[in-house]
Amino acid sequence: MLEINCPWCGPRPEAEFRCGGEIPIIRPTPDCTDREWAAYLHERTNPKGMHRERWLHVLGCGMWIAAIRSTINHHITRTGPLAAPHDEASS
Amino acid sequence: MFGMNRSRSKPARYGLLSLLRGGFNGQRHWTPILNEPETPDRHYDVVIIGGGGHGLATAHYLAANHGITRVCVIERGWIGGGNTGRNTTVIRSNYFFPESAALYDLSLRLYEGLSRALEYNIMFSQRGMWMLAHDRHGMEMLHRSASAMLLNGVDAELHDGAGVRGRIPGLNPAPRFPIVGGLLQPRGGTARHDAVAWAYARAASRAGVHVLQNTEVTGLAQAGGRVVGVKTSRGDLSCDRVVAAVAGHSSVLANMAGLRLPIQSFALQAFVSEPVKPCLDTVLLSPATGIYLSQSDKGEIVLGAGLDLFISYAQRGSLPMMEQAAAGAIELFPQFSRLRFLRQWAGICDVVHDSSPILDESELAGLHFNCGWGTGGFKAIPAGGWLTAHHVATGEAHAIARPFGFSRFPTGAMIDEAAASGIAH
Repeated sequence: MLEINCPWCGPRPEAEFRCGGEIPIIRPTPDCTDREWAAYLHERTNPKGMHRERWLHVLGCGMWIAAIRSTINHHITRTGPLAAPHDEASS
Repeated sequence: MFGMNRSRSKPARYGLLSLLRGGFNGQRHWTPILNEPETPDRHYDVVIIGGGGHGLATAHYLAANHGITRVCVIERGWIGGGNTGRNTTVIRSNYFFPESAALYDLSLRLYEGLSRALEYNIMFSQRGMWMLAHDRHGMEMLHRSASAMLLNGVDAELHDGAGVRGRIPGLNPAPRFPIVGGLLQPRGGTARHDAVAWAYARAASRAGVHVLQNTEVTGLAQAGGRVVGVKTSRGDLSCDRVVAAVAGHSSVLANMAGLRLPIQSFALQAFVSEPVKPCLDTVLLSPATGIYLSQSDKGEIVLGAGLDLFISYAQRGSLPMMEQAAAGAIELFPQFSRLRFLRQWAGICDVVHDSSPILDESELAGLHFNCGWGTGGFKAIPAGGWLTAHHVATGEAHAIARPFGFSRFPTGAMIDEAAASGIAH
């Protein structure tokens, strides 16, 4: 069980959260190509190592938070508020 | 031993005669079955990265169907030690879209003849595969699935609650989620997963394919916009084509080529209990309770859980999913509550948004991917190998593989089995 440190509620169990995947994923402008749109929708870094991702504290405060987590050993090095969904600096 | 495809001049290597003859010298005549050279060749026609089921099957079909034998399979660990040895061994083709039915039913048909074709008992037991419905809406979905399967030429039987109970003794008589009905695919079943890897490895080895275990790929060599070689922990190999059949590590490998894949890697876990007397002679999937289970030939109850929906390369599952799987099993079979689990493990699944695989040459010419099978790669091993070998050998995707290319992402022609056949993860 992961223990995720919600910036609003403190350390809480994984079962209270839902992972929202990689950040940042920036939506391209409407005049982008199909290839760019497909990359935005589907392609992910999916790294073996440190991963920047967002979590929703769905059974808690309901806030999205940002986290840096290792996908090898699941160790979470940092969590913080996610000011805006696409705000890269927020984590 | 009695395979029809054996030449008459060659006595069966594993026949009775061979065993009797070996009896005179203490059975010392057996030789290693894997063709593992001390030093690999400098050049291969095809290098296959990943010695799991798909990689080994690709090697076998390159040799058997296309006569390409200058092939090397590179495996970081041991053959069949990844997802091939970590799944719950279920084989089925109960999908919704015609494209998927063609793909998975090709696989099922190949599985049906595999023990004989490879002269290796893979213990394919067509004990049937049930999908249960626990409410009216679930039953409507099963109706829809059954109709689609029949239209696609796949066997399907729809049963009501009494029909299910008549065929599966021991189900909870008063479950919290009532068993309203079930969809049976009679040709579905289980096979011995290790044997599938070993059978393909042996067949490929006999044809002259090299298998390098404990060899890690560290990079890809490129020249003129195409892949020309593979860098490994045992030296560099040059080659004309590379096949990546590395499941959960597909993104890592793609990264070596500077590519990003529409894949996320999630851990899927499974368990086996201590062995008990035979009590479950079929495969059971209950999407509503999040559980699928069967009984192995050894008597263990084999139990599969859902995905941990965060990216993971750790081959272990999380406790919440384990608890959910145990709760689901006990809901269906309360008598299993006293079973003790012997082992728990996880495999890393390469999940695509539409829960359909990717069988295609990538943007880097000569680099083929056989990936994206997500949580259901084992059942597709023969087809994955067959179709990948076809593409590599002929330069053209097989008609069955064509819908499963990279082009479906920009065109939007997804084969969304994630929604259509209710894949829970």
